[in-house]
Amino acid sequence: MPAYTFPAKFEFLDEIRDTVAEVARSGGFSEKTIYSLQLAADEAASNIIEHAYEGISNATLYMTCEMKGDEIIITMRDTGKSFNPTSVKEPNLKADLSERQIGGLGVYLMRKLMDSVHYESSRSGNLLTMTKRRE
Amino acid sequence: MEITTQEFKHCDLIAVKGRVDSATAPQFAKALETANDNGRFKLALDMSDLEYMSSAGFRALLAAQRNCKRYNRGEVVLVRVPDRIREALELAGFTELFKTFDDPVTAVGSF
Repeated sequence: MPAYTFPAKFEFLDEIRDTVAEVARSGGFSEKTIYSLQLAADEAASNIIEHAYEGISNATLYMTCEMKGDEIIITMRDTGKSFNPTSVKEPNLKADLSERQIGGLGVYLMRKLMDSVHYESSRSGNLLTMTKRRE
Repeated sequence: MEITTQEFKHCDLIAVKGRVDSATAPQFAKALETANDNGRFKLALDMSDLEYMSSAGFRALLAAQRNCKRYNRGEVVLVRVPDRIREALELAGFTELFKTFDDPVTAVGSF
């Protein structure tokens, strides 16, 4: 399985998105869906860097990204604090400007953009698995 | 990411180019705050050369819109939003919080 490791820093989000795009492109996804996959991966990685590794400067983010049949499977693993994106409350998208929630948006986008988002936390770390089928 | 600001009599036209993500969003937010600090609250944001924007950028947009609309002193409008970014903004329910324009002249003239 193709595995990638990245320093858990926002400066590496570009490389994370590029990696996802490369795998998705070779897997025959449309450019429109590739953008969605990049956005979902970015939001997932940003959450890990911001929440799981909060206050830790030399942490590592472990990613796998591969095609299985007509499905792309992206996993991200970290060894930080558990942060379960699937338990984050959905933001109220109908709220007025003054009442809009700033948080929770990234997680909401991940769920909307992917077919499935699965999270598990164990003693060895946290594992996020996201899948999307080629249209 | 690159930001250039053009001051008009009634508003600022701010062009944001490249990619806005968690790494660059603080710089994007700062540019919008700087406009506000200079007493500029009518902002037209030209996104025609914007390649990518994550929720970190959306948050900066939301904060700027709140600050600009306070006391009815102005607002942020979006200009030439690329399709992919428009779709993500729609998904986030943001399109109803911002007027959008297809060309900068109309956007600047709307203030």
